Amino acid sequence: MRVLLFGRLGDLAGWRERAFDPPPPHLAALKALIAADDAALGAALDGPGVQVAIDKAIVRGATQLPPTAEIAFLPPMSGG
Amino acid sequence: MTVRLTSESFDPGAELTAFCAGRTESGAVASFVGIARGERGAATALELQAYPGFTDAEIGRMVEAAVARFSLHDALVIHRHGSIAPGEPIVMVATAAAHRREAFEACDYLMDYLKSRAPFWKKEHGPGGERWVEPTARDLDDLARWD
Repeated sequence: MRVLLFGRLGDLAGWRERAFDPPPPHLAALKALIAADDAALGAALDGPGVQVAIDKAIVRGATQLPPTAEIAFLPPMSGG
Repeated sequence: MTVRLTSESFDPGAELTAFCAGRTESGAVASFVGIARGERGAATALELQAYPGFTDAEIGRMVEAAVARFSLHDALVIHRHGSIAPGEPIVMVATAAAHRREAFEACDYLMDYLKSRAPFWKKEHGPGGERWVEPTARDLDDLARWD
């Protein structure tokens, strides 16, 4: 499973992409793994406006994660 | 309709000329170009992060909505990512419609959506350091005009 961090989340973590093997079965397990390694990042992932995409589609709520999925954490966006 | 993400600078004039070429039924083309501000030396570069495959797909959905809502004949969105120097274009929107009102309004609508909803993450670099920029209250008010 590939995990991607965008915007300020990547700066906070010090990484933008990481492989998780074995892959956690659901989103809460993934967040718990990340928070165990980096509490500040774990808190930021639950912060206001952070959305989650699985294989480039936004998801909401408790979610199962396909083992080969690409999971992206997306803080508030700003174009133009 | 065209959505293009590019890490290279582009020539808005040439893009607009190409967009207008061959239109015999669109009576109106409106366009907008967003340019990176130098903030009188306070901003030395803008860095825009995109999520390829996601960012372009999301913008494509916004353009489809604009085409339907304003009965556009065509629309063009070009958006930079990567490092952008002051004075360089960041974004260009062009819309073609039968009459000017639809073309103007669709251009305005698309820019409001791009500012607050397009999946980009923007960082300003300057002598005072760097900071991530998130949508302002004004950006969100602008977007709410279209609800």
